[in-house]
Amino acid sequence: MNPPITSADGLAGIVFLVMLLVTGAGAMIAVNAERTIRAVAGLALCFVGVAGIYYFLQSPFVALMEMLIYVGAVCVVLVFAVMLAEPHPEQQVSKRNALVGGLSFITAGMLTWGLVALAKGATWSTAAVRMNEGTMRDVGLSLLTTYSMVFELVSVVLLVAIIGSLVLGRAGRSKA
Amino acid sequence: MNPEIIRVVGYVVAVIAFVALNAAMLVWMERKVAGHIQRRIGPKEVGPFGILQSFADGIKLMTKQLIVPEGADVLLFKVAPMLVMIPAIMCFVTIPFSEQLAARNINVGLLLIFAIASVNVFALLLGGWASNNKYAVISAARAVSQNVAYEIPMLITAITVVMFTGTMNLQEIVLGQAGGFWNWNIFPVGKNIGMVVVMPISFLIFFICSMAETNRAPFDLGEAESELVAGFHTEYAGMGFGLFFLGEYANVFIGCSLSVILFLGGWQGPFGLLPGVHWFLLKVYFLIFVVMWMRWTFPRTTFYGLLNLSWKILIPISLFNLVLTGAFIKVF
Repeated sequence: MNPPITSADGLAGIVFLVMLLVTGAGAMIAVNAERTIRAVAGLALCFVGVAGIYYFLQSPFVALMEMLIYVGAVCVVLVFAVMLAEPHPEQQVSKRNALVGGLSFITAGMLTWGLVALAKGATWSTAAVRMNEGTMRDVGLSLLTTYSMVFELVSVVLLVAIIGSLVLGRAGRSKA
Repeated sequence: MNPEIIRVVGYVVAVIAFVALNAAMLVWMERKVAGHIQRRIGPKEVGPFGILQSFADGIKLMTKQLIVPEGADVLLFKVAPMLVMIPAIMCFVTIPFSEQLAARNINVGLLLIFAIASVNVFALLLGGWASNNKYAVISAARAVSQNVAYEIPMLITAITVVMFTGTMNLQEIVLGQAGGFWNWNIFPVGKNIGMVVVMPISFLIFFICSMAETNRAPFDLGEAESELVAGFHTEYAGMGFGLFFLGEYANVFIGCSLSVILFLGGWQGPFGLLPGVHWFLLKVYFLIFVVMWMRWTFPRTTFYGLLNLSWKILIPISLFNLVLTGAFIKVF
């Protein structure tokens, strides 16, 4: 039933696998890197992979937003902060505690088990075949009707972030 | 084989060739323009009018050794120039050169260009940090604060255009400006008389921001050679430096072509005469000439002047513009 490799669907499947690999590799680099900047670079790679998966799942708008916000803004700010806070790249990671390692293994195992259970129990609908939609009209309508609650909640998150940065910025300023 | 796949591969090859040739010609053009503005002749030895000068330079750059400085992060040092080049090439996916000549007609084309171009800052930052050179780090920090500051008014003015045209599809934006230059978005006399006030200001802000985003003079604080040696590419030799340069000129082309598509009617000619792609390239290269003209006419600004211009002048004006756009779309 698999489409031939040279057909458009086959190539898309290969691209999907590559994106999965990129996401996984990026995540591994982000966790295991010794230099903080490399960890952030791995995180950026991971985000690019996730954006590719969104694109594969026919939602170009979400994919591009992922690129614009996570790679273009969040990762840049992270690198910027690390660069200013930690000018010397050679810094050894603190020694790992055996107990912490065991606990994290248990947590990871439980997470995996939960995700697998969810995936097995779910009824999978076929992927939406709506290539090249996502016009301004569609995006605007869904943001203001179906997802209006989420949209409003996001604005609350942003408000909290702004107030928090204002508070922190004022605390650092001298009274003189 | 699927003809679609052949088309895609052909387009990728053509775009990469175009980016490289475009950069080579722009370097030559930049040196010629600089020469004539400073009452010199510029390059003249290699080929007629020195037109082959950049190819000679390119060959020289490619034969040079890529030296990695001591204490540098080797992997990131080598990845950074590629990360400048890849997004620049990807942006060409959705630019409509003419009615038929566009790789992909994506509904969120404008967003695609902004999203992919935002990776450029990340690459500059990585390159500057990986060089293990204090000038490069300072320059990267400058480039980031500049890019963050100018991305905001740029996106806001882009939103005024999107509100006016009602689409982010670049091809549809160009098609909406059909029927003579009085329908172009910069002076849309034929469509909405109120927007005639708003659009020229939007165009000016967009053009200034696209110059600042591509680190062009007078906003090239990141490579101020009197303070920072050569900025983030201080430690790069040979083609590593060459790729930063190619990426910069590709980004200049993308910025100017966005200005043309959003405001100056894209491939629509003011009167027939030439096919669309000729008009498009004529307009884009005219804007690039203006960019070069500014570089060799105005001195470099100071860093606080640069940030003040964005946060205190451009952002308030563009927000006001946005409100006016909403009002005029309702009223007229």
